[in-house]
Amino acid sequence: MSTIAGAILIVLGLLFFLSGTLGLLRFPDVFTRLHALSKADTLALGLVCAGLALHADDGTLQLKLLLIWLLVIVSGATCSSLIARAALAHGIRPWQR
Amino acid sequence: MHPAEALFDALLLLSMVVLAWQGVHARNMFRAVVSFMMFGLLTAVAWVRLEAPDIALAEAALGAGLTGALLLATLGRLKPERRGARLQRAAKLSMLPWLALGLAGTMTLLAVTLALPAPGLGERVLSAMPEAGVDSPVTAVLLNFRAWDTLLEIAVMLLAVIAIWSLGQDVLASTSRLPAPSLPALVRLLFPLLVLSTFYLLWRGGHGPGGAFPAGALLAAGLVLALLAGARVPERMTGAPLRCALAAGLLAFIIIAVGVMAEGGVFFAYPPRHAPMLIAIVEIAAGLSIGVMLTALFLGGEPTDTQGGST
Repeated sequence: MSTIAGAILIVLGLLFFLSGTLGLLRFPDVFTRLHALSKADTLALGLVCAGLALHADDGTLQLKLLLIWLLVIVSGATCSSLIARAALAHGIRPWQR
Repeated sequence: MHPAEALFDALLLLSMVVLAWQGVHARNMFRAVVSFMMFGLLTAVAWVRLEAPDIALAEAALGAGLTGALLLATLGRLKPERRGARLQRAAKLSMLPWLALGLAGTMTLLAVTLALPAPGLGERVLSAMPEAGVDSPVTAVLLNFRAWDTLLEIAVMLLAVIAIWSLGQDVLASTSRLPAPSLPALVRLLFPLLVLSTFYLLWRGGHGPGGAFPAGALLAAGLVLALLAGARVPERMTGAPLRCALAAGLLAFIIIAVGVMAEGGVFFAYPPRHAPMLIAIVEIAAGLSIGVMLTALFLGGEPTDTQGGST
């Protein structure tokens, strides 16, 4: 049961990775690309980690997966903010329709 | 091998070749650096696939992380017109001979690899493990059976630091910094974790993947992050304390290597009953020194900055 639920979560996570990558390729400027990538990938990694945790039979492993997700959330958010600030500082204006 | 694994390996190899190509033929230096970092990351994955987690750890921390930080920092210090400059392209005509040469070289390597005795030195290492003083074969090779090689590696790193420091003062003071409040906050959170992981890897090196090189790389990652977030080397640490930290690994190595001769042994032949303790001392000293040396390479010169606080 938990194996199937885990597989569903992982596939769902992969779909979010795919949509984040699509956004990276298709969106017009660095800010919108960051927006697509950071949010979609964070959620995707969370889903993949949750799915893998359901497959893991070891509490330590599940804790490590949770830790990986939390660390990536924190560093990913900081990196996105840094890239956006660097882009603004280099005079890149946000895209407008 | 499971078909999915074979597919994964094939994709991995293909991506590595493409990234290596991009790294050399990128439109500008920034793209080349990013390709190189991605190449380092995939190399780490390849080491995992080859069941060599020790090398994977070191490659992920050094190849993808610290080397990337070094290259990006260097890029940031170049003049803008050079930073965006197109890399010189190899003439199309000259590519064919190189391709042929590369293919021939790869084929020769493959033939040589296949001709080598299959298990290599693995059997001999495993049979000598009872006298090694540690449970991890990798650490046993690095710090006991072939400790001489590791000693020379650390000596080379120290020489690199000396060479770079002799070129001038540290270059951090001259770099412009972005006002980014999120970075110091991240560093405050990550730095203790990275130091904790450093000691975890040092401890773990005795019986599993870990050891001085990955541990040192993690420590350096923490220190470089702190430098990027605006921390500076505290004034009381520059000079003698910093130099001692830089040299500690090599010193501990040499003292122990010569010291064991006092017990009637040979250069570097640890007496088995003292081996665990001696290896632990060398491992900790080398790990910390590697961390400080990598950070010193990033500094690009002896720190002279007197203003600014510490972490």
